[in-house]
Amino acid sequence: MTNLLTIKGLKIEGRSDETWNPIINGVDLELKKGEVLGLIGESGAGKSTIGLAAMGYTRDGVRISDGSVDFDGVDLVNASAAVKRSLLGKRIAYVAQSAAASFNPAHKLIDQHTEGPVQHGVSNRGTSVEDGIELYRKLRLPNPDEIGFRYPHQVSGGQLQRAMTAMAMSCRPDLIIFDEPTTALDVTTQIEVLASIREIVEEFDTAAIYITHDLAVVAQMADKIKVLLRGDEVEESDTRTMLSAPKEDYTKSLWAVREFQRPEKPPVEKGAVPVVSVRGVTAAYGTTDVLHDVSFDIHAGRTVAVVGESGSGKSTTARCITGLLPPRMGEIAFDGQPLPSDYRKRTKDQLRQAQMIYQMADTALNPRKTIGQIIGRPVEFYGGLKGAKRRERVNELLDQIELEPSKYYNRLPSELSGGQKQRIGIARALAAEPKFIICDEVTSALDQLVAEGILRLLADLQDKLGLSYMFITHDLATVKSIADEVVVMKNGKVVEQGPKVEMFTPPHHAYTDLLLSSVPEMDPDWLNDLLKERGVDNIGDAAVDKM
Amino acid sequence: MNGFTVAAIILVALCVGAYIFRFVGQKVTNDAPKFRDMGYGEAFGFVLGAALLIWAVWYYFQPKTLDTGVPNAGVVFFRWAVQGLIIASIAAYLFRLLGRTVGTAGTRKLFRSMPLTASFGILVIILYSFLAIFAGAIAPYGQAEILGAANVVAGGDPALGGNPEYPLGTDQIGRDILSRLIYGAQNTVGIAFITTCLAFFIGGSLGFLAATLQGWLDQLLSRGVDVLMAIPSLIFALLLMTIASVWANELGVPLTIFMILIIAMIDSTRVYRLARAVGLNIVVMDYIEAAKLRGEGLGYLVFKEILPNAMAPLLAEFGLRFCFVFLTIAALSFLGVGIQPPLADWGTMVRDLAPFINFAAFAPTAAVAPLLAAGAIALLTVGVNFVVDWMLHKSSGLKE
Repeated sequence: MTNLLTIKGLKIEGRSDETWNPIINGVDLELKKGEVLGLIGESGAGKSTIGLAAMGYTRDGVRISDGSVDFDGVDLVNASAAVKRSLLGKRIAYVAQSAAASFNPAHKLIDQHTEGPVQHGVSNRGTSVEDGIELYRKLRLPNPDEIGFRYPHQVSGGQLQRAMTAMAMSCRPDLIIFDEPTTALDVTTQIEVLASIREIVEEFDTAAIYITHDLAVVAQMADKIKVLLRGDEVEESDTRTMLSAPKEDYTKSLWAVREFQRPEKPPVEKGAVPVVSVRGVTAAYGTTDVLHDVSFDIHAGRTVAVVGESGSGKSTTARCITGLLPPRMGEIAFDGQPLPSDYRKRTKDQLRQAQMIYQMADTALNPRKTIGQIIGRPVEFYGGLKGAKRRERVNELLDQIELEPSKYYNRLPSELSGGQKQRIGIARALAAEPKFIICDEVTSALDQLVAEGILRLLADLQDKLGLSYMFITHDLATVKSIADEVVVMKNGKVVEQGPKVEMFTPPHHAYTDLLLSSVPEMDPDWLNDLLKERGVDNIGDAAVDKM
Repeated sequence: MNGFTVAAIILVALCVGAYIFRFVGQKVTNDAPKFRDMGYGEAFGFVLGAALLIWAVWYYFQPKTLDTGVPNAGVVFFRWAVQGLIIASIAAYLFRLLGRTVGTAGTRKLFRSMPLTASFGILVIILYSFLAIFAGAIAPYGQAEILGAANVVAGGDPALGGNPEYPLGTDQIGRDILSRLIYGAQNTVGIAFITTCLAFFIGGSLGFLAATLQGWLDQLLSRGVDVLMAIPSLIFALLLMTIASVWANELGVPLTIFMILIIAMIDSTRVYRLARAVGLNIVVMDYIEAAKLRGEGLGYLVFKEILPNAMAPLLAEFGLRFCFVFLTIAALSFLGVGIQPPLADWGTMVRDLAPFINFAAFAPTAAVAPLLAAGAIALLTVGVNFVVDWMLHKSSGLKE
């Protein structure tokens, strides 16, 4: 059987600082009809660039400098605009990472769906609408008959992602490129989208390139996997071989990330006063209650992971603790002493004791200030250190987060990588010498290897400084590796809480069970088994809705 | 053949030419991607551009008939414009070259990535500032000094009614136009600069304050600004200036001070809007939340956390606002309520010398008098906008 897509010696360059720098250094790729290839790698590995190049397209300021892209006998690198127009959308389709940003908010879903088939003359509007509804049904969108007549903002993220897959399918293409289609979704939503994408790709025998950084996801989706590192291919083999016997060290290190686990700590002594105690907190935005009677304790030197989907009230709880959102009822106690509910009424020392590390290091660091200024400010503000003493303390903190002081002191945040920025966020929190730190999804924007480094650093700091963490996350792998205790939240309520060991051993609360079962595992049969065991209608959001 | 037929023929010729251009291009280059994927509109644009260029060259070399009284002075003005453009380009290029070789590493890097338009704009600004600061030393005569001859034509050629002592001529009451232009830089640009600074101080600090505190203060300030913005600004300024002229007499304060205050107030509403909008985008950032939770005061939040991040859009707006203020002053002076005689001011000069415009068709050098002041205004406006565009481009690039 001949290849549907053959990429040979593909080299891509990007323009910056008035020179062309290589992004992809000669990658080969072969794809047969109906085959799914998983492309994995860290950010900056060139996954998306290859995905786009498979359509003969490059972003602005990027060019294909060498190599060939052959799609079913057509040379896409040198093809004319007219030839590309006749292929793209019709025989090659693209599903972007953020469906919410990729749909035009001014048009109804079905109008955007029918545009392709009508433009390409595949069908007329009437049949295309019918076909769209049929595809929506196949992708198990709720109310398939009418959902297409809504605007993008009236549909949830997971549903949009499926609508986008339906749109890509509208001309029955031979090849679809999925660019991280589930990265932005909650686990329970992700599993539904994964199941529907896989089903529809199998049904129409479509070839696909599935780009992701999540190994467990790619294990479910792909027939073969290619690992990329900084524009070079590391290795490629079929999924099972790749998972069971990776050859290269880099691949092995990727696989090993999920094995980081902190040793068990002895249980907290009876009668110990918790560092932070959330007592019966009910909070509201406007008149709508978003937290209902939330209570949990965080003890000295412990990590409490707060788990739940987006909208479950995790971050709102953090806002109540920091005093940004004064609770309507209940109170926050620190070392047994109740704290004023509004941060403006707290003393400087009370503010100092509780610090926060943010999810997006990009927005958490002032882009116009140097690292020295960012970390130095709390040192000066709380500790009153100035001049050489302040500099000394900042250097000490930079050492603690494993960044060389002389190299980074005068840099701006934009000159750092994502992981380094997150370390600066940690240093700024440490500079206040707090007892308690709230970590709000601190690793979710990072690559797995980098995230693991951050988790290890936080664990070390906890051991050294006796810090307590409240760890907000939706990623259960992170919970497994770092938490001592777990609080599961749903719709603003705590549904289950207890030590980690108890939480990860059955019996679970139904919702905890669903969350745990929705986390993709590295086993390629995991999704099949789960579907067999539970049935299509009892996984993911559909199951959440039934509760 | 009437004009309509000629226009139709030219249009058809251009359309056919575009088709041929693309077709020949495809054949000659053997389907290079540039020609292969060229849209018809793009081809038409190329052909139209080429046609305009040919016409411009042809027009430039039309015989110059200055002295016969034939109304074709258009050629003369066109030549001046082309020559001016060429000189400006060369000057800008040389200035950029200078900037690339002289100065610190930082400025050299800045000049290396600078477009020619921006270097031209900076050159204009430097030139104007120089003239404004050293006006007294540079100008050959005083701004209010009435010399012997009135209505001397520019050019300094006695055969055409000029006088080499007054290279740009004199006005109706015999003041040297060159000197008045130079002093005008001092008065018009200086006052505009002070006014803009004041407008930015008022509008900027109130805008950031509203963005940071929000709540009732924001509502109060914003609605107040809405009311002020609802009144057409020039008419509002005229109204206030009329009132102020009475006060100025009673209090013995120069009217110019009132003018600065009035224009600063009116323009600060626009600055307020921008500062508030930019500020609102910044206050939602996590680093502001972190600073608030640290217990930082209002002053630190506004000046240390928000202001540095709002610098780029504010500076760009400063350039634009400066032009508007400057034009408003010129307009007010033109209407007779702005900068008062005998102070030289470009707006007033345009108004006073306006009648000479009627000679444009027959005697271009005589008509130049009002155009010089108008040109000085236009040049500065264009120059400042070039720099502003460049800064906007740079700051938007930084955000990525």
